[in-house]
Amino acid sequence: MRIVCAKDCARGMLMIRNVFPVLTVVAVIFGIWYLACVPMNIKTALTEAERAGATVSTPGARERRDMSAIGLALANPAQWRDTFALKKPRLPAPHQVAVELWQTTVEKKITSKRSLVFHGWITLSATLLGFAMGTVGGILLAVGIVHSRAMDMSVMPWAIASQTIPVLAIAPMIIVVFNSIGVQGLIPKAIISAYLSFFPVVVGMVKGLRSPSAMQLDQMRTWGASKSQSFWTLRLPSSVPYLFTSLKVGIAASLLGAIVGELPTGAIRGLGARLLTGSYYGQTIQIWSALFATAILAAGLVAVIAGIERVTLKRMGYGK
Amino acid sequence: MTMTDPSPVISAKGLDLTFQTKDSPVQALRDVNLDIGAGDFVSFIGPSGCGKTTFLRTIAALEQPTGGTITVNGMSPEAARKARAYGYVFQAAGLYPWRTIAGNISLPLEIMGFSKAERAERVEKTLALVDLEGFGGKYPWQLSGGMQQRASIARALAFDADILLMDEPFGALDEIVRDHLNEELLKLWARTGKTIGFVTHSIPEAVYLSTHIVVMSPRPGRITDVIKSPLPRERPLDIRDTPEFLEIAHRVREGLRAGHAYD
Repeated sequence: MRIVCAKDCARGMLMIRNVFPVLTVVAVIFGIWYLACVPMNIKTALTEAERAGATVSTPGARERRDMSAIGLALANPAQWRDTFALKKPRLPAPHQVAVELWQTTVEKKITSKRSLVFHGWITLSATLLGFAMGTVGGILLAVGIVHSRAMDMSVMPWAIASQTIPVLAIAPMIIVVFNSIGVQGLIPKAIISAYLSFFPVVVGMVKGLRSPSAMQLDQMRTWGASKSQSFWTLRLPSSVPYLFTSLKVGIAASLLGAIVGELPTGAIRGLGARLLTGSYYGQTIQIWSALFATAILAAGLVAVIAGIERVTLKRMGYGK
Repeated sequence: MTMTDPSPVISAKGLDLTFQTKDSPVQALRDVNLDIGAGDFVSFIGPSGCGKTTFLRTIAALEQPTGGTITVNGMSPEAARKARAYGYVFQAAGLYPWRTIAGNISLPLEIMGFSKAERAERVEKTLALVDLEGFGGKYPWQLSGGMQQRASIARALAFDADILLMDEPFGALDEIVRDHLNEELLKLWARTGKTIGFVTHSIPEAVYLSTHIVVMSPRPGRITDVIKSPLPRERPLDIRDTPEFLEIAHRVREGLRAGHAYD
């Protein structure tokens, strides 16, 4: 009994020790964020306060326009609270973003045009389709590169070059080209998403398929194994750990690609569209909540891949 | 080399092998002449770069000679490979972590197209041969280094080749495990009557195991001496303390020193 308790206590201690630094960092970030809200929003807050009849240190929005925000903030402590509660702040306070996130995910019906779940799903579906296309394409390219010298010499430079082109520049062209042949919506976005995610898969898989040692390949030769036998029994299983590393990078890139694909066309649905309409109408709280939704979605997707990775590698006898 | 069998299993005549490197060609083997008879246990010993591993790889058609001839069972090394004449054991066990021990031993059999039933039967048989009964379902990480190397020997034996080529198979193991595996290997050799080619760095290991010890020397890689062991085939570990054993060990050491005399 005592041993069990000691073990549990030790585990508890360990958790506290792990959680504490994380919480400290989060607290510091939130502290800086709240602090930044005051000078960032003080001018708007003062204008609104003046309109409501309050007296402020320097009357008149025009007079205040070129004044130091920090100076104004220090001169008007009474308006600090207002800087955290503006409808269209320059920098929304953390709790404003949190409330907006809550309202647009949990409280809105998911069929609503203002539900982040609805917009998130639009982006997620393009992300997953693009990720699937990018992964399959990347693996096929890697297999070709590893087995054909001509492909090794010719494909890799193009693959690298493709990633040096800013996706923001190429995305509108893909949308326009597909639109002209009558393809709209999901597919063009998925293609932009695949364009970003295939690259890490190619690089990782080429390395993975080449990871068997010279000894292992010699061993195959002594058994008279064909190229395809070596591929299925040695190269492919050896590449699995490399593949998962690439997939984690790839899925995050896919999400980015899907969002970028929503920007240039003035899309009305998707997380990209929320970012876009938010900036059209100065809805900073909407922009920030869409940004956070994106980050949470990306973290979730990477966590899912990491989970599959852990289970797969354990079952394959790795990691011991 | 002294021959017991009129038709040697492995025969090298005037074998040369030169590697082309960037700065200058390297003579890995020069004028190697050697006959290995059926059922012999032949050790190759010498310092790094003497060509002992290269010679073993040439037998296995992993290297192509640049001169001379070599035959395995009267065939070219490539043809012998196709006829499944030899099993090759590398320095590292090289078991696939994603396959069980049985799955690893079964791998060459799968590649060679044995039926499922026959694979299962052969895996059982070879597991027993290396004293690993009951470990077929385990994964490599669950086995000690010595057991892993035994599994890799089982894998090389699974398709019943007459020749077993071993490239420093126990080099990475500690002395106690190595002694044990040497004993086991001798038992296995007695039971199966296979012809064994064995590369090693260790003089006691070579003397303890072999019927013939081939002493090699570097730059260029060549054979300097072939010692036929007068020890009986049955060898308990304490044979290593007998005067006969020490005398052969002394001769091997002298041979190695002579090969090094010029540098």
